[in-house]
Amino acid sequence: MDTISKPVSLREHVVPVEAGEHVVAVAWLKQTLALALSDGRVLRWRDGAVESVTAHRGGILSACSDAERLISGGDDGRVVATSAEGEPTELAADPKRRWVDAVTLSSSGSIAWNVGRSVHARDDKGKVKSLDVASTPQGVVFAPKGYRLAIAQMNGVSLWYPNTEAKPEFLEWKGSHLDVTWSPDGRFVVTSMQENALHGWRLGDKPTHMRMTGYPAKPRSLSWSHDGLWLASSGADAAIVWPFQGEGPTGKAPRECGARHAKVTRVAFHPKALVLAVGYDDGCILMIRLVDGSELLVRAAQRGSGITAFAWDKLGKRLAFGAEDGAAGVLTLPG
Amino acid sequence: MSEKIPVTVLTGYLGAGKTTLLNRILTEDHGKKFAVIVNEFGEAGIDGDLVVGADEEVFEMNNGCICCTVRGDLIRILDGLMKRKGKFDAIIVETTGLADPAPVAQTFFVDQDVGDATKLDAVVTVTDAKWLKDRLKDAPEAKNQIAFADVIILNKTDLVTEAELADVESAIRAINPYAKLHKTTRCELPIENLLDRNAFDLDRILDIEPDFLEAGHHHHHADDVRSMSFTIPGDVDPDKFMPWINDLSQAQGPNILRSKGILAFKGEPRRFVFQGVHMILDGDLQRDWKEGEARQSRLVFIGRDLDEKALREGFLACAA
Repeated sequence: MDTISKPVSLREHVVPVEAGEHVVAVAWLKQTLALALSDGRVLRWRDGAVESVTAHRGGILSACSDAERLISGGDDGRVVATSAEGEPTELAADPKRRWVDAVTLSSSGSIAWNVGRSVHARDDKGKVKSLDVASTPQGVVFAPKGYRLAIAQMNGVSLWYPNTEAKPEFLEWKGSHLDVTWSPDGRFVVTSMQENALHGWRLGDKPTHMRMTGYPAKPRSLSWSHDGLWLASSGADAAIVWPFQGEGPTGKAPRECGARHAKVTRVAFHPKALVLAVGYDDGCILMIRLVDGSELLVRAAQRGSGITAFAWDKLGKRLAFGAEDGAAGVLTLPG
Repeated sequence: MSEKIPVTVLTGYLGAGKTTLLNRILTEDHGKKFAVIVNEFGEAGIDGDLVVGADEEVFEMNNGCICCTVRGDLIRILDGLMKRKGKFDAIIVETTGLADPAPVAQTFFVDQDVGDATKLDAVVTVTDAKWLKDRLKDAPEAKNQIAFADVIILNKTDLVTEAELADVESAIRAINPYAKLHKTTRCELPIENLLDRNAFDLDRILDIEPDFLEAGHHHHHADDVRSMSFTIPGDVDPDKFMPWINDLSQAQGPNILRSKGILAFKGEPRRFVFQGVHMILDGDLQRDWKEGEARQSRLVFIGRDLDEKALREGFLACAA
């Protein structure tokens, strides 16, 4: 009997993209892949053809997208929208050129960003509201439904309705909160923390705390499964996947997927299946099926080419990635 | 592993000449490119592509260490700058005149990402020869900045007499006899005196002899911030010393601004070298004791309200 199974690999289905600079974010604008680079350019890749546009007069610090636009924040104090065609459009500019550390988009097309300690929210009609918080936020995210914003900052998270005068609700937890994410069902808000941990709140009249600790590094990449029942995170030598069924992860052990002798830097759940893309600081990428932990190799380790960005296209047929040394690529799933 | 980017921290009381020094560093022809992190209030007169405004957002780590404060804004900015690696050779962090240098220094030891990508090179403090003595009386921050410094620039020496200059120098030395001291007008000094000092590098703590002769410094014992050093002319017992220094830094960490030591451990052919900032200690076995080099153990503390007698007795009790 043949017991030797061939190493399973998806490497032959990867097309390389030469980005040339540290890739801050990648995003699919329908069939076009946009790559936000640390030198302020946005590359547009479409079936192998590449063009470059200059979005910022400095570096891009943060970016997000819907299927139409890549929104980027730069160290030139500007917020810029880049579409699949045409020149980038400036949405906002800080006269003092303060950094835009965080940007986010809502499903209805609202945008929010920070300059220093001010957070600005721009609704789909272009009306801008502003809120000053106590420290410079590094993470902002809209609620999945309704015009409400979560702002991660020192010692907690502000939940703000930009269209009301009401004082924002403050979810307090001592420490420095970095990234923030809202569960797809709207029930949970989770932050990554300076102290190598995640902190979560189950929202309600009396929000309850959830502590997810034990990471050797900061878990700076977070991704919800398509059904909203799992939250994957970076920051360890495996992807750490927390169960959010019912009351959340308190008292439950997380799944650990793809343990290797390297640190996970990016995670991205497939948009339609319980399959997780895991990128490591040594450049390796694995595709892991959550149900049985089976692994497929997407990219072999490559010194100095740590993974910095992931994006699945809408149907989950293609996965784009970017790396710190300017390497990038597109995996097209076979079949 | 790629080379870590050196970071120089520039402190100094308001008006001492920090901005002058920064502009000299940025405009002089030395072939180096800098990223500069300035405080929002001191932004006047500094320009360049990689000048970043910081907010001095200090927070306490949730690690049970009460004086373990770090600069959250610095972690964020360094993270952003690291995406542009290769665009600059070194980083300068300017603090406000009222800032405590400790959270800045501690950031480099506490945050793993910052520590992986950068290394703290030195704390450079600019002082004003004419006004420093007044500031030492009324501003605890000015005292902290001197106590913390690896390099001190005694600026505006043209505004004082020789006797006044000697007086202010001795006031500085009473607090910190170990820093390199440069006397300048308009911060004119070769830039290599400021950069690549490796002041926090354990391998470079070759010598903790004072930078000047200590004559006269004992007259200043009434001062609350000062330095003290203790020597055991031989080996120490690591089983006694390690618990002692750990307990000491836990109990007195808030008052110990800087500490350094080179120690001979009984039965160990290599030198044990350590340095600390408040409660954070960083120590390792280093090179072998050389032939003919006297195996002796020496500690230096710079701090506030330290009990010299108790420290001496505690250390001497660690003798092997």
